[in-house]
Amino acid sequence: MSEESEESVPLLPLQQESLASALFNTDQNDNSERRRHDNSERRRNDNPESETNGQPQNNIQQVVEQDEEEDEELTLKYGAKHVIMLFVPVTLCMVVVVATIKSVSFYTRKDGQLIYTPFTEETETVGQRALNSILNAAIMISVIIVMTILLVVLYKYRCYKVIHGWLIISSLLLLFFFSFIYLGEVFKTYNVAMDYITVALMIWNFGVVGMICIHWKGPLRLQQAYLIMISALMALVFIKYLPEWTAWLILAVISVYDLVAVLCPKGPLRMLVETAQERNETLFPALIYSSTMIWLVNMAEEDPEAQRKASKNSTYDKQAPANQTQNEDAEADDGGFSQEWQQQRDNRIGPIESTPESRAAVQALPSNSQTSEDPEERGVKLGLGDFIFYSVLVGKASATASGDWNTTLACFVAILIGLCLTLLLLAIFKKALPALPISITFGLVFYFATDNLVQPFMDQLAFHQFYI
Amino acid sequence: MTLAVFFGCTFIAFGPALGLFVFTIARDPLRIIILIAGAFFWLVSLLLSSLIWFIAVKASDPRDEPLQKGLLIFGVMFSVLLQEAFRFLYYKLLRKAIEGLVALSEDGCSPISIQQMAYVAGVGFGLMSGAFSMINLLADTLGPGTVGIHGDSQLYFLTSAFMTMVLIFLHTFWGILFFHGCEHRRWWEITAVVVMHLAVSGSVCGVDPAPSRDPEVLRDVPVPSHPCPSLHPGGKSGHHLLCNIFSPELGDPGQSLWGRHWVHLRQPANWCGLL
Repeated sequence: MSEESEESVPLLPLQQESLASALFNTDQNDNSERRRHDNSERRRNDNPESETNGQPQNNIQQVVEQDEEEDEELTLKYGAKHVIMLFVPVTLCMVVVVATIKSVSFYTRKDGQLIYTPFTEETETVGQRALNSILNAAIMISVIIVMTILLVVLYKYRCYKVIHGWLIISSLLLLFFFSFIYLGEVFKTYNVAMDYITVALMIWNFGVVGMICIHWKGPLRLQQAYLIMISALMALVFIKYLPEWTAWLILAVISVYDLVAVLCPKGPLRMLVETAQERNETLFPALIYSSTMIWLVNMAEEDPEAQRKASKNSTYDKQAPANQTQNEDAEADDGGFSQEWQQQRDNRIGPIESTPESRAAVQALPSNSQTSEDPEERGVKLGLGDFIFYSVLVGKASATASGDWNTTLACFVAILIGLCLTLLLLAIFKKALPALPISITFGLVFYFATDNLVQPFMDQLAFHQFYI
Repeated sequence: MTLAVFFGCTFIAFGPALGLFVFTIARDPLRIIILIAGAFFWLVSLLLSSLIWFIAVKASDPRDEPLQKGLLIFGVMFSVLLQEAFRFLYYKLLRKAIEGLVALSEDGCSPISIQQMAYVAGVGFGLMSGAFSMINLLADTLGPGTVGIHGDSQLYFLTSAFMTMVLIFLHTFWGILFFHGCEHRRWWEITAVVVMHLAVSGSVCGVDPAPSRDPEVLRDVPVPSHPCPSLHPGGKSGHHLLCNIFSPELGDPGQSLWGRHWVHLRQPANWCGLL
């Protein structure tokens, strides 16, 4: 979520969180000779607990020296862990979509088309069909471009209320209406008798909790689960209402658009990200999946909320005198760290604390321009549109391929590898990158190749019971 | 077929691999990435080999049975060689990755060794190979039908499951051996792996009966169907179906289609138990 949760105490410097946690884990485990990947595992294991109570770790002085050397190594290690943190939700979303497609026949039945794709594909000639699908794709892409530009314009001119209203309406639609339809179809498929009162209660609870989690605050896992669910619902809608050729064309064109929009200097998405960074704001939580809690971006003294919370405690005040005793720290606000933790820490690395001087020293580091972006990068973010289109590709593959599960599996692996490569590029370039092009390209190539080339081959092999 | 067959065959085929995955690979994100990349490399090798086979088939006479058979065997051998070539390419890539990891790490040693990578790469290859062989069969077991109703072996699914499990293990071992051979420049190990792979694939190929047999005579090894009716009206005109699985909806059992001939069948959309 964009702000810290109620019980968090985000008063300690957070830029050094990743480095600090490496040190924190090393110290705590008292095994400096242990291999680093064990540390990353532990970090990964520790993080889920620490995410919801917002407990950051820090050890500042030593961290400062090791900052630059560890930065590069941590980029890659960091990358492996965060690749998995994105693999899991993407896989879950695809699993939900494929499971639904395979069991609920509603989403594979043709019941008309969206108004954005007015041309039908039930034509006599192949040429006519191709033309219609190109027109459909063009209309859809134009709609998407227009909406994106509108969003960027609204954001630039600070019409936050309009944007929030728009996002709230669309989440309302997804969380209540589409999930109601989904639930109804699932009940029909499994022939479950259900009364309206129970359904109303279920949908009401589901929707309201979803709205709260997505637009306000909530446990991280719950928010992530809701974002996955709404992406899956949206993907199912696309799979149902987009005709065949149109769907493939839209996927291809939208990955090109994504590339252009994010990388070109005047691209709308790039302008959106840059404006958000200039204003030091987070992007809308309803549109982005984040793999960790979004921490505060700044150091404690710059943050008004932290200052509000710390106003009773002069320790963290800018004008506070340099000598801060440890007792004062501990008494006033131990930041969630118990006494014996602090004693342990002091035993290992000497008494240090977060003083304004140390924070200033850290802030003055040359790599600060990177670290000030770190909290947003630390939890790797993936836009919900990426989830949706990945799931559309895999869902369409499972719905319409002759190779069925082989094609689905091939597309799934292709998309994951594309995501991995994209994250590798992200680790190298350290700026917002489009997540669609590589994955969708691989996915499309593998879909058509597996469906048309590999499937006949595997059929023949299965027929003769050959094993390769 | 029953759920018991489905779960039984799934766990026979993928149980050991799942155990390997859960206990040795799932904890380390780097290993998971190497696994998926290994699966990807296998997939690419399969794609290229099926491309070659497809071109060869299209260029040849489809009615000539022995030729098609020969082309298929050629396809299998070529696929095996290509898989090993991609295993070598993957080894090269992982070597570069290790150098990168060593360069970036503080204490000069990589978080994962080449032997571990070899193991994970082997499991990746094996899992993908097994999945591609077995998943459609497993989906078939959930549908209606009776295995071997025309007097063939009833153990088709079981043998396939065991074969898949064996193949997953073999790929794992071959991965380890291959990387070890590449690492220590022992070419005989590499050739041994390639020869073993060819031998395994070839020996399974050899089970097939001679092409001159009367088409009406049933085969020794039953073959599963792969019914995938097109679900939308303008779609494909029919579907290749080899069937020893008798379904009541098909009507008269005497007309259920058998033999090594490809048969076109138009399936009603609501029949298929796969979906």
